Amino acid sequence: MSKQSLPSNSRAAADEQNSVAVIDAEGPETGQMSVEPEAVKKDQKRHLADYDRKTLVELLRQMLLIRRFEEKSAEAYSMGKIGGFCHLYIGQEAVAVGAISAIRKDDYVLTSYRDHGQAIAKGMSPDAVMAELFGKAGGCSQGKGGSMHLFDKSIGFLGGHAIVGGQIPLATGVAFASKYQGTDQVTLCFFGEDAVNQGAFHESLNMAQLWKLPCIYICENNQYGMGTSLQRAMSLHDISQKASAYEMAAEFVDGMDVLAVKEATARAVERARKDYLPTLIEVRTYRFMGHSMSDPGNYRTRAEIEKYQERDPLKVFAASLREEKVISDKDYEAMEKQVQEEVEHALRFADESPLPEPEELYTDVYASPITPGEHGLK
Amino acid sequence: MAVITMREALNQALREEMLRDENVFLMGEEVAEYQGAYKVTKGLLQELGPKRVIDTPITELGFAGLGVGAAMVGLRPIVEFMTFNFSILATDQIINSAAKMLYMSGGQFKIPIVFRGPGGSAYQVSSQHSQALESWFAYFPGIKVVMPSTPADAKGLLKSAIRDDDPVIFIEQERMYGHKGEVPEDTDFTVPLGVADVKREGTDATIVARSVMVPVALKAAEVLQEQGVSCEVIDPRTIRPLDIDTIVTSVKKTNRVVVAEESHPFCGVAAEISTEIMERAFDYLDAPVRRISGADVPMPYAKNLEALAIPTVDQLVAAVKEVAYLE
Repeated sequence: MSKQSLPSNSRAAADEQNSVAVIDAEGPETGQMSVEPEAVKKDQKRHLADYDRKTLVELLRQMLLIRRFEEKSAEAYSMGKIGGFCHLYIGQEAVAVGAISAIRKDDYVLTSYRDHGQAIAKGMSPDAVMAELFGKAGGCSQGKGGSMHLFDKSIGFLGGHAIVGGQIPLATGVAFASKYQGTDQVTLCFFGEDAVNQGAFHESLNMAQLWKLPCIYICENNQYGMGTSLQRAMSLHDISQKASAYEMAAEFVDGMDVLAVKEATARAVERARKDYLPTLIEVRTYRFMGHSMSDPGNYRTRAEIEKYQERDPLKVFAASLREEKVISDKDYEAMEKQVQEEVEHALRFADESPLPEPEELYTDVYASPITPGEHGLK
Repeated sequence: MAVITMREALNQALREEMLRDENVFLMGEEVAEYQGAYKVTKGLLQELGPKRVIDTPITELGFAGLGVGAAMVGLRPIVEFMTFNFSILATDQIINSAAKMLYMSGGQFKIPIVFRGPGGSAYQVSSQHSQALESWFAYFPGIKVVMPSTPADAKGLLKSAIRDDDPVIFIEQERMYGHKGEVPEDTDFTVPLGVADVKREGTDATIVARSVMVPVALKAAEVLQEQGVSCEVIDPRTIRPLDIDTIVTSVKKTNRVVVAEESHPFCGVAAEISTEIMERAFDYLDAPVRRISGADVPMPYAKNLEALAIPTVDQLVAAVKEVAYLE
């Protein structure tokens, strides 16, 4: 299920020997996972017994909610209701849902511009997310941030950052603050694999390990930095290995398996809470849509996308739960209906939410504005 | 009041504010065990301990961003750049994160952080170590930029910057650390941000000068006084937000103005001040606004060339005479 460099006495180490669902950790030279959907399901099913039904159903519900939300976002984008950039999370749902299910409500999450999934998984209402995409006053950032800058202080969702890798030093600082303040909160920092090529990644991991900061770095390796494949952008493809440069614990995990992501994150969370130790988790995943809505996607083949779609994390997990009778077909249909309604509600909320007032243009530039010196003719 | 150096005044401000609020911590290269590359942080590690005074690796982007992240969740970091030249590596975090976080989060995340350190010209340290970067930072809404010119202002402004809820760029002129002046000992002494100071009153011409150009302007004013020209010297102290009202009030009185700076002229702060004066007080001007800036070249190493690149008292005197139509 996962490969782990430290510590060695965990369940993951045992799994490594027993599991059939190990992704080719030598790097995606072929650009393809080495396991079949049936193997993932088989492995997933062996772990279902570790969880109560409520937890499993909630994981599925969140993944389904994010999927339907993103599909609706794509539709709304095509209709011109969403402007600018819109980076969809379809295909990667198991990463945000699995990882965030392993932390507490008072823990922190930071991510990149592909942030709808993490925001919803952290507990942001789809209404507030959709309204933000629409640039409305009811959005989580009052319409000032947009798709790439979702924020909600009340649930510890600290953005939505749109410079590749920019959130990594920030998350390191949030973790620094938790330790400084003497809390046991942990910080999850999500980023794509090409952020690993930024200096910010290396500078942050060095400080996090040097100073023992409770930050969990989750690299969502979807194998393409926009249109450039990992093979064309990175000399060492096994990203989890990069942690060894900083003597940091690392794991490699199948991002198409929500339980695998949850378990790997839970192990990292334990290290962070107990001993203020950081971890780098490489999660191999795949985005089914383009980099953004404007991406024609001509850098990868239809066959490659279809190959990964067979391992669709949502479909595979839903099948595991249904085949093991955790949920019935009827339960799933009811869940679909409820999620559809939630997304429709978000759409209506966003549509009906007012535009920001014109005077909002000049608010929130400074927390302590100084009037005598305000300048520039408005 | 005690007479102390700007270095000591800054040290007092750091110490007092760290004692006042335990959410304030200081980080940077060589700030702790080495006692500061310019000794501004001398004694702080010993008094406040390694949790509050932190030596960083040479990793400017990383620790600047770490500071911004810590500020998002309630801490009040002071990030020292050994010199502001190195802040260039950290500009992504200063500009894209610190300056914009409050706005793009719809007002949810204020960033109370101070980025401080020496800037501007020094003594023969050549192109990469002699740069006045205030116009870069002042360009961005969301940031405040402060440049003190006296030990008292340095202390009072730094204390205000640390207590301020916004990101503040605090640039200490490298050649001024040894400058001495009277500094109040009261720990409640502060100087408000965004308020200019009239360093010398006068009636015939206004000189707007900041940082190390303030002593140059005061010297020029003395020379000009001997020649019968009364100069008013205005120090904005805070570059952004700029107290343009104080400048304009002075210009309306003197009708003539020279803006002095040691930075490059192109897209510089003096250019902005000149424009603002033109927009607000054009009808009061008896002569075009004149700028005196550093040479528009990378700073040379050779002592004679370096001297030519930094504005002098003579240049400033000549410029004031020009706007007064005396030459």
